[in-house]
Amino acid sequence: MVAVLDFIRESAVGDLVSWQHQLEAARRFSLSPALVEGIILDNGLLPARYQRNRQTISQSGQRRLFHSRVAVIGCGGLGGYIIEELARLGVGTIIAIDPDVFEEHNLNRQLLSTPDNLGEYKVEAAFRRVSAINPAVTLIARQCSFTADNAAELLTGTVVAVDALDSISVRMELADACSALEIPLVHGAIAGWFGHITTQFPGDETLQSIYGAEKSCKGVETSLGNPSFTPAVVASLEVAEVCKLLLGQGTPLRGRQLAIDLFSMEISVIEMNGGDLKRG
Amino acid sequence: MRVTVKLFASFRTGRFEIETGDYPPGTTVADVADKLELPRNELGIMMINSRHVKLDRVLNEGDTLALFPLLGGG
Repeated sequence: MVAVLDFIRESAVGDLVSWQHQLEAARRFSLSPALVEGIILDNGLLPARYQRNRQTISQSGQRRLFHSRVAVIGCGGLGGYIIEELARLGVGTIIAIDPDVFEEHNLNRQLLSTPDNLGEYKVEAAFRRVSAINPAVTLIARQCSFTADNAAELLTGTVVAVDALDSISVRMELADACSALEIPLVHGAIAGWFGHITTQFPGDETLQSIYGAEKSCKGVETSLGNPSFTPAVVASLEVAEVCKLLLGQGTPLRGRQLAIDLFSMEISVIEMNGGDLKRG
Repeated sequence: MRVTVKLFASFRTGRFEIETGDYPPGTTVADVADKLELPRNELGIMMINSRHVKLDRVLNEGDTLALFPLLGGG
């Protein structure tokens, strides 16, 4: 460990360690790029790929992201962008959960889908994508449906869970599981030009407030569909929430829901426990 | 009695954004939704004067009712 740290320190320019040197350290000392990234960050240095995160995310914040585990439930429209952004952000471990394969009707919006990978499991595409864009991030692919029964096992060690599901009934199971396991849940949902996002902390019944006693699986997206831009917007807002929760900084959407209307270009803030309905 | 209804997202299509109208005493949220031909299974958040309410809630003079569609996609 001393030898690898010496190598890293000698190759650093200022406090930045280039990807080339990170890979060389991994090769020379038979370590994974992820392990080397941990050594870099644990010793006050920064992988050079994160230099533009600076000011927004400090070196210690970057270290915190690396040592965090985030679960993304659903790898479709929202999930594809969420996984991309978490990996580029430098979140160390991402658990990607989805039972499905890509189909042609996913191509209009799902970032991880291409004509060449139709029929491939979405979590496998997520694994390949993350390996390509940030090999220091560990993506754990779980090709299965999220249920109340496997929730505890799937979410073990998770600091934050991200809702990228397309089913309201499964969302409610996820919300209940997150409360029981004391994991904050960042929720997003989309339909057509519209979306909403909020963050449920353990014990809050935020998703109950949104969906109430609704037992159906789908919302108006069944008639409106989903274009390319709505999942990108809502996914990015969800990742911003995740980033704040992991860093313990900023003001999360606790007890508030953003209702996004891209057709009228309006964002409404709904106070979940009553209060003013503001237009942003 | 006078009630203001605010519609959001897809509920505005073919309807309105905000409209104040006369409703008979005893009108419920469900009555307003039915009058506007908003399918029950599409109703998401419903608020009167910024407070969350259910379908059977009776409206009062001067209330503002806000209706959001149910979004479930991902």
